[in-house]
Amino acid sequence: MTPFTYAKPSSIDQAVQLAGPGARFIAGGTNLLDLMKENVARPAQLIDINDLPLRDISPTPDGGLRIGALVSNAELAWNTLVEQGYPLLAQAILAGASPQLRNMASTGGNLLQRTRCLYFYDTATPCNKRAPGSGCPARDGLNRNHAILGASPLCVAVHPSDMCVALAALEARVIVRGRSGERCVAFADFHRLPGDTPERDNTLADDELILAIELPAPRFAAYSHYLKVRDRASYAFALVSVAAALELDGSAIRTLHVALGGVAHKPWRDAALERQVVGQPATADTYTHFADSLLRAARPLPGNVFKVRLARNAIVRALIQAQRGKCQ
Amino acid sequence: MSDCEPLAALLPIQLTVNGQHHLLQLPPWLTLLDLLRDQLDLVGTRKGCDHGQCGACTVLRNGRRVNACLTLAVMCDGDTLTTIEGVAQGGTLHPLQQAFIRHDAFQCGYCTPGQICSALGLASEGRAHTRDEIREGMSGNLCRCGAYSNITAAVEEALPLMNGQGGCRP
Amino acid sequence: MNLPQPSNGQPLDRIDGPAKVTGTARYAGEYPAPGLLHGSVVGSPIARGSVRAIDCSAALAVPGVIAVLHHQNRPPMAGDDAPYQDADAADGQPFRPLFNDQVLYSGQPLALVVAQTLELARYAGTLVRIEIDEQPHQTDLLCAFDQAHDAPVELPKPRGDFASAYAQAPFKVDATYSTPVEHHNPMEPHASTVIYQDDGSLLVHDKTQGTQNSQDYLVQVFNLPKDRVRVRAAYVGGAFGSGLRPQYQLVLATMAALNLKRSVRVSLTRQQMFTFGYRPRTVQRLRLAADAQGRLQAIHHEAIAQTSRFEDFTEHVVEWSGMLYRCDNVAMAYKLVPLDVYTPLDMRAPGAALGLIGLECAMDELARQVGMDPLALRRVNFTDINGNEGKPYSSKALLACYDQGAAVFGWHRREARPRCRCEGHELIGWGMAGGAWEAMQMKASARARLDSEGHLWVGSATTDIGTGTYTVMTQIAADAASMAVSDVTFELGDSALPTAPLQGGSFTVSSVGSAVRQVCQLLRGALVKAAKAQYPALAGEAPERFVVREGKLWVGDSGYALDTILQGHALEVKVDAEPSARRQGFATATHSAVFVEVRVDEALGTVRVTRVVSAIAAGRVINPKTARSQILGGVVWGLGMALQEHTQTDHGLGRFMNHNLAEYHMPVNADIGDIEVIFVDEPDDIVNELGSKGVGEIGIIGVAAAVANAVQHATGRRMRDFPLTVDKLLAD
Repeated sequence: MTPFTYAKPSSIDQAVQLAGPGARFIAGGTNLLDLMKENVARPAQLIDINDLPLRDISPTPDGGLRIGALVSNAELAWNTLVEQGYPLLAQAILAGASPQLRNMASTGGNLLQRTRCLYFYDTATPCNKRAPGSGCPARDGLNRNHAILGASPLCVAVHPSDMCVALAALEARVIVRGRSGERCVAFADFHRLPGDTPERDNTLADDELILAIELPAPRFAAYSHYLKVRDRASYAFALVSVAAALELDGSAIRTLHVALGGVAHKPWRDAALERQVVGQPATADTYTHFADSLLRAARPLPGNVFKVRLARNAIVRALIQAQRGKCQ
Repeated sequence: MSDCEPLAALLPIQLTVNGQHHLLQLPPWLTLLDLLRDQLDLVGTRKGCDHGQCGACTVLRNGRRVNACLTLAVMCDGDTLTTIEGVAQGGTLHPLQQAFIRHDAFQCGYCTPGQICSALGLASEGRAHTRDEIREGMSGNLCRCGAYSNITAAVEEALPLMNGQGGCRP
Repeated sequence: MNLPQPSNGQPLDRIDGPAKVTGTARYAGEYPAPGLLHGSVVGSPIARGSVRAIDCSAALAVPGVIAVLHHQNRPPMAGDDAPYQDADAADGQPFRPLFNDQVLYSGQPLALVVAQTLELARYAGTLVRIEIDEQPHQTDLLCAFDQAHDAPVELPKPRGDFASAYAQAPFKVDATYSTPVEHHNPMEPHASTVIYQDDGSLLVHDKTQGTQNSQDYLVQVFNLPKDRVRVRAAYVGGAFGSGLRPQYQLVLATMAALNLKRSVRVSLTRQQMFTFGYRPRTVQRLRLAADAQGRLQAIHHEAIAQTSRFEDFTEHVVEWSGMLYRCDNVAMAYKLVPLDVYTPLDMRAPGAALGLIGLECAMDELARQVGMDPLALRRVNFTDINGNEGKPYSSKALLACYDQGAAVFGWHRREARPRCRCEGHELIGWGMAGGAWEAMQMKASARARLDSEGHLWVGSATTDIGTGTYTVMTQIAADAASMAVSDVTFELGDSALPTAPLQGGSFTVSSVGSAVRQVCQLLRGALVKAAKAQYPALAGEAPERFVVREGKLWVGDSGYALDTILQGHALEVKVDAEPSARRQGFATATHSAVFVEVRVDEALGTVRVTRVVSAIAAGRVINPKTARSQILGGVVWGLGMALQEHTQTDHGLGRFMNHNLAEYHMPVNADIGDIEVIFVDEPDDIVNELGSKGVGEIGIIGVAAAVANAVQHATGRRMRDFPLTVDKLLAD
């Protein structure tokens, strides 16, 4: 680790005042410290936000839920309101990392996880995300785990979170505060595609702190499913994951949300396509057609052609499972 | 230590480890794992990967299982920690430790303290009731010797004895 | 006083259990020392070149940094190859850390930063600037077949006429299998703590499978008097072969300690655990032919493996194809391809774990060709003669493994047709494979000392790498001395103890165990003789009636104080044991049959192994509890080999890239279903005096093939490129 100073503000205002390009907020630290030890992250200052009053999970006036940024992943997954209203979120969280890491990792921090791209992590190699302009060996090298959707010539990394995939499907909002005030970011706009600035994972400004995640009122508690495909049964990042959420009108689809993990620089959704299936019969055929349409945009790399078929099959499977009800 | 850490100011930290209070002056970049191993000589908390990828460094922080390698020591100010050295009461092994021996739930022993601390955390979480839930709940702890079946058996046997509690000091 | 219950054959709890479950067992990197310094290794980012310049100024400017060692300022070390050739060295010129400016592989240590704390050393390491003149490299085995040369080993001579037998046979298989680079990844990263003693001698706590191997190496490399270097390894946090050769952290820590006259510890990071030995990538071509009854008519096994440019690493990959089954027309070939990589290293069941993948998958393919049950095919081809050597096996209870394994697994219910069972989204398949491993015996020495309080101290410089050596040696000693286990302490892991071979190859029980047995019998004889000399009344007593307990030598109800018999001294004897002479004229091996059930989700490309039965013929089992654990561990390794383990190389960069435990996948607890272990009865009074063959390797062998065979049964697809990962299952 590169030397750094440490501050522990006691108020949100204080924390935001301390923020800046050389500083990083730290909550659980499970990804940031990992990156600091790898010399990938070299903050001059760590701002420990654990004293801030961001640990509540409370109902919102519109029937939704506000989740403080410091709520741990484990607390969130095992919260009764979450288990009842948003089983998809609980299921996704529990599919990620390990019990120990879930005890440590925070809700806000989960959004800020950086890619697990092998090149990003190894400072002996080029990487446009870590060292802009240095190149991307993944394009011609090991790209089995990389993006099939939304990648750029400069970067083919994927976002590693499970929780975020569920949050995307649930259309969460991210409440952030910077020195110029508070704003609410739609989940789809929080993470970004790499484009020509792959060093930026999201749209958060340097001085902005995530305060909370807000979930809209539950709509998918009855019919949702999180499916994660990985290289071993547990404690591995997704090759592909699917958060599937349905509202049904009898045997017809009233609402279908599908978010994909492991395929792009951000949790991947196609809301326009989702609208097209409204009113269609809730059948495997519909789901297959939807999956094929969604993946028409896929541009796989030599090492991850399989992800297209995998994503397709996983979408269909997850939707069928969701339709069976109650997070099986 | 004082002459070799001028890169960042040392910070005063209070910690209770296995019931013993410590007042320490620590550099910010010191992990809880290195504090335990290199300064407090509590080497039972192991360093298998130093990146949260193996679970060998699992300790109980305020009763919950965490990876000590991804925890900065200065962030533990005021915390209560239990490491493997604090699991047995005096000379009496914890029922879980006894079960580990009886079921031969280890070979080289390097991951064992982490496995045991993790199982204590699992017990107090109260979420694992079936064998498959134990397997999943213990999957944050790698064992390269491949003692998993025996680990599962030991935890399965000891869980009821722990009454949903970690069974160790608060 | 009754004779103590025999301990051999009892499932004794591990002697080292309490130390391990309380965390008080200390491993190599955990010994404190006054003023201990910490070293951090700086490695090469590229695969081949030469170092032009090293700039340490920024690193040395960090307060608390003591030194940066590299090839230009290191202390003197041997210049020839021979001093670096340790007990497990491969043919060639061993790697010499920080020796010169040559970069031979990516990750090679180029500098060691020594500082007052680990954090400082690691940080300063990032400040060392190394300029390297890069040269073109090749790390891809598949792109360098034209560089292949015959491995420097003596393969069994071809027997019969493979070509014509193969041509004439009605049923044939010609298939090529590939296996990837795998890394040992013991949970304890390699570490050495070199304690610089007041008199300038070195006490080294090293992660090693052989303390004397490390000691000899240091003595030779640094030209030190042997009595000035003592190497200990009381506990070893797994090794699986990675500790068979002294690794570079030992050289670097010692170099720094000698240079600075201070105690120094060097612990490798997990990433650095990918910068030395590994299981090499192989491509194997199997050609098998059989007649209509399934009798093997011809076998050809050819393997091509990678090695480094500086050493030819060899292992027994193909020999198994000439010894497991009866066949009159057999030929083998084994070639190596040198690449810009580090030398491979023995890794659990070296060679066999690879070669039996080829052979046992090909046997399954042959069974399908012939239209036979795979188990029936193997029975038809059973032999109790090792065809490579033309010698009978001292014992080979493989048929019992087939029978008992199949019975417990329920193999008779298997329907031959692939894709015949389905549950939910999963196809269910059953597969099996056989396994073999040589039952070796090496020279070994042991000493025994009975103190006048009646405690027996037995020692040999072997190690316990999780194998249960502390425990089984205690059991062997107790029985040989007619004492209770609780009155015996076995000491190991110290180069000052009597000579022992490297802990490995499943030969520790046979080698060290024989020495321990002999030395304890000798001691008991000497004690009885001394007692008879002192007490004429005992003259006629049969030796086997004597028992040592509670500080006395007992004959029936009469106890004679040891203190008196030994006249206040301890009784000490030493034995140098040779391999059993009875082994001459016999082949010796362990065998296994492993049966697995897989569930394959074809849509998602996933394979779960829900059930494994492993039936083992390994002679007499000293401790069924620890032996079972060895087999369980081997099976878990086999499952990893089948489905997960793969060190991925970026050949453009010439570098292993998934050098961490998040991306190098080995099984986690949730991957492991039910595993049943059966030890079949296999009396053998030839293999060694204990009749025990060792169990460290046999558990893994055949498992990966059995899984692939089960996947074939489940899906109808034959997969020959290991590991069988999602991408491959989903490929067209």
